[in-house]
Amino acid sequence: MTLIKRIIKSGFINFKRSGLISWASVLIVTITLSVITIIILSQAILNYSLNQIKDKVDVTIYFTVGAEEDKIFALKESLEKLPEVKEVSYTSAEEALKIFRDRHSKDYPTIQALDEIGENPLGGYLNIRAKEVSQYETIANFLKGDSLSVSGSSSIIDKVNYHQNKIIIDRLNSIIAGAQRLGFLITFILIIISIIITFNTIRLAIFISKEEIGVMRLVGASKMRVRGPFMIEGAIYGAVATIITLLLFLPATAWFGRNMTDFLGLNLYDYYISNLFQIFVIVLLSGVFLGMISSFLAVRRYLNK
Amino acid sequence: MIYFNNVSKVYNKNSAALDDVTLTVLEGEFVSIVGHSGAGKTTLVKMILADDSPTSGTVFFESLNVHRLKSDDLTNLRRRIGMVFQDFRLLANKTAYENIAFAMEAVGKTDEEIKNDVPHVLELVDLKNKTHHFPSQMSGGEQQRLSIARAIINQPEIIIADEPTGNLDPVNAYEIIQILKKINDLGTTVILTTHNKGVIDSIKKRVITMENGKIVRDDKEGKYTI
Repeated sequence: MTLIKRIIKSGFINFKRSGLISWASVLIVTITLSVITIIILSQAILNYSLNQIKDKVDVTIYFTVGAEEDKIFALKESLEKLPEVKEVSYTSAEEALKIFRDRHSKDYPTIQALDEIGENPLGGYLNIRAKEVSQYETIANFLKGDSLSVSGSSSIIDKVNYHQNKIIIDRLNSIIAGAQRLGFLITFILIIISIIITFNTIRLAIFISKEEIGVMRLVGASKMRVRGPFMIEGAIYGAVATIITLLLFLPATAWFGRNMTDFLGLNLYDYYISNLFQIFVIVLLSGVFLGMISSFLAVRRYLNK
Repeated sequence: MIYFNNVSKVYNKNSAALDDVTLTVLEGEFVSIVGHSGAGKTTLVKMILADDSPTSGTVFFESLNVHRLKSDDLTNLRRRIGMVFQDFRLLANKTAYENIAFAMEAVGKTDEEIKNDVPHVLELVDLKNKTHHFPSQMSGGEQQRLSIARAIINQPEIIIADEPTGNLDPVNAYEIIQILKKINDLGTTVILTTHNKGVIDSIKKRVITMENGKIVRDDKEGKYTI
């Protein structure tokens, strides 16, 4: 316990006394943590945009005119039980007619033709949204499957628009998967570069103390007693850099929120504020871990004796 | 206490830093090792601390084969030895007080012991008024006295002083040697390396003379004869 207390105290004193070197290291860790924060925010924008696109994809089942509603509801219920289905909304024949009339209110000949028919020529329809774009095929297969013939639902289905949309859905699916893969790859590369830069900066800072590490060992200090304060110093770099990074991103995201919300489709400032705690935890853990592990590895080189 | 058995150290093929050195240092002795620069004095003392390893031969500290020790055991061995260097090797970003406290912390002394002993030892080496000074704020003589204070604080069994007067003027050098003699009088073994004739002649104790990595003389009560 005394050892831990002494190590922590030494770490803080070293940080304070190293002055410019400490702040240079904090600056580099801040840059690394800023990259991580930018990645978090970019992922949020990417996911938001992808979800927007995904939301525009759906499958609609059109029913024959006069299809019995209890059969439609039975189908709706069985669809809702599918694990792939996120939401099923029913539009009755009357509502469909109303929507049609509203949409064509200025198209006089169409409205007149509709009036002349006298009765509702439209059937109701079910709008299905899947949890993932890739799951529409499974739902379409379900609609083609035997279970529907048995329950009699297939007789009321006029058409399912999945097959018309299939090419678009497939293409969208591959674009989304590609975007996510690319995002992951860029994230991975940026994080690796940042870690290497941070590690080298801390290594340089510790290189200056190379002689001291040797002296500490010669006066009989254990490896932990020598290494500990450097690791604490590394953790302090991470913690201070976290605070600086999060403060810097307040005005930055506010600017984006004010000027780029229309373009991005997402108010970055609102997102940043509402997720501040999670971002803080991720950035702090990354910073502290990075600082400590870099110090650990850098000191190890000089601790061999 | 310390036994060198046919120890050789070759850094490159053309010259040996140590050449088949066999030597015994007894408990309570004051041994001066003299020789020109490059004679092998520093390499010899580095071997005792396992700060360097021999190309052949063995070094024993009592029954311990110094170069066969595991990391933890080596740490324990170093706690039994006090080191004084020519370039002081103080911890630059620690004050005089903290430099000594660090050596005490290293051997696991309590805060209470540190608080009691550090002012006492600083007074002993006449540095009481420099307690909160950093090494860079002290003169060479003061830094060397601080380095001696650090070396003796844990009451080691042996003090190794590697050219402790090399960077000092004659007055400071004399003071340092007097402190080392006093330490020896109290029963601690002292090994001193130097090429300062005045220093050696004033000690009147055992003198080992080295040349090209070999021991060429070993006098019980010797003088500087190079």
